[in-house]
Amino acid sequence: MHELGVTQEVLDIALNKAREAQASRITKINLVIGEMSGIVDDSVQFYFDFLSQDSIARDARLSFRRVPMQVRCRRCGFSFSPEKLDWSCPKCKEWDAEVTAGKEFYIDSIEVD
Amino acid sequence: MKVKVLQNILDANTQMAQKNQRLLDNHRILALNIMASPGAGKTSLILKTIARLKDKTRIAVIEGDIASTIDADRISDQGVAVVQINTGGGCHLDANMVENALNNLKLNEIDLLFIENVGNLVCPAAFRLGEHKRVVLLSVPEGDDKPIKYPMMFTESEAVVINKTDLMPLLDFDLDAFKRKVIGLNPDVEIFQLSAKTGQGLDPWLSWLEAELKSLRA
Repeated sequence: MHELGVTQEVLDIALNKAREAQASRITKINLVIGEMSGIVDDSVQFYFDFLSQDSIARDARLSFRRVPMQVRCRRCGFSFSPEKLDWSCPKCKEWDAEVTAGKEFYIDSIEVD
Repeated sequence: MKVKVLQNILDANTQMAQKNQRLLDNHRILALNIMASPGAGKTSLILKTIARLKDKTRIAVIEGDIASTIDADRISDQGVAVVQINTGGGCHLDANMVENALNNLKLNEIDLLFIENVGNLVCPAAFRLGEHKRVVLLSVPEGDDKPIKYPMMFTESEAVVINKTDLMPLLDFDLDAFKRKVIGLNPDVEIFQLSAKTGQGLDPWLSWLEAELKSLRA
């Protein structure tokens, strides 16, 4: 729902980094987004095309690397990807799960000319 | 050419939240971010807490809503300082909005600050505001499956309040199953069961607030 604000942040960070690198054009932005974040890729690209049109990031492609949710059982240490509504450990059957992946929400890198 | 960035997309918000927290710390104000679905009873819980604590604790409220001043008016009727934020369609509060609200409060006259977030179990979990504790409210008519459907809200909170327990006899809400799911996601979380309407079960919640306030001021 808040993709517009998020996209503005992505653009601001990318423009800042490009300026530091004295780049003349941003061609690609590589994002890493965990499954738990609830961000819709298509919306972000849609807003990005609109927000970036008067900047050096115009026509840049956003690449989304999606990180699936991964949890670790606190009882037996087994790591697994929970399925649907069941977060109980497939190995020891206990429900005591620590999220170890899936909350990522960062810009990994930008590609510039 | 590839340039490494490795920067969280919400960095600007996080930095502003840290600034807010420093401001609150300087004034020794305990700030709670109250999050829940629309209608879970956020305002009712705040009102009940005000009624019970206002004689000994100076309370203020920041009210976040998409539109209207309905909630702020209810708080203001209790003689408590309140600032209304209307997000104009925005699905959550962010640290910048809270900074503006803090500028409109007399911080030297506050012990306990409630920040009532926009009714939503998704987006508020991603935006720190500068609060000391995040509290998620879940009313029993919403169902006991919510921790699994909205895990971020429950993994990111320090306390879970189960509200409207007076309705339990009418519903098939499985309290044990709910608690098991919450603790399974977040073993250190505080869990309270209460009815903001009848006041039943309110004491442990009030004691927790007072203990947190005391430890902040120790």
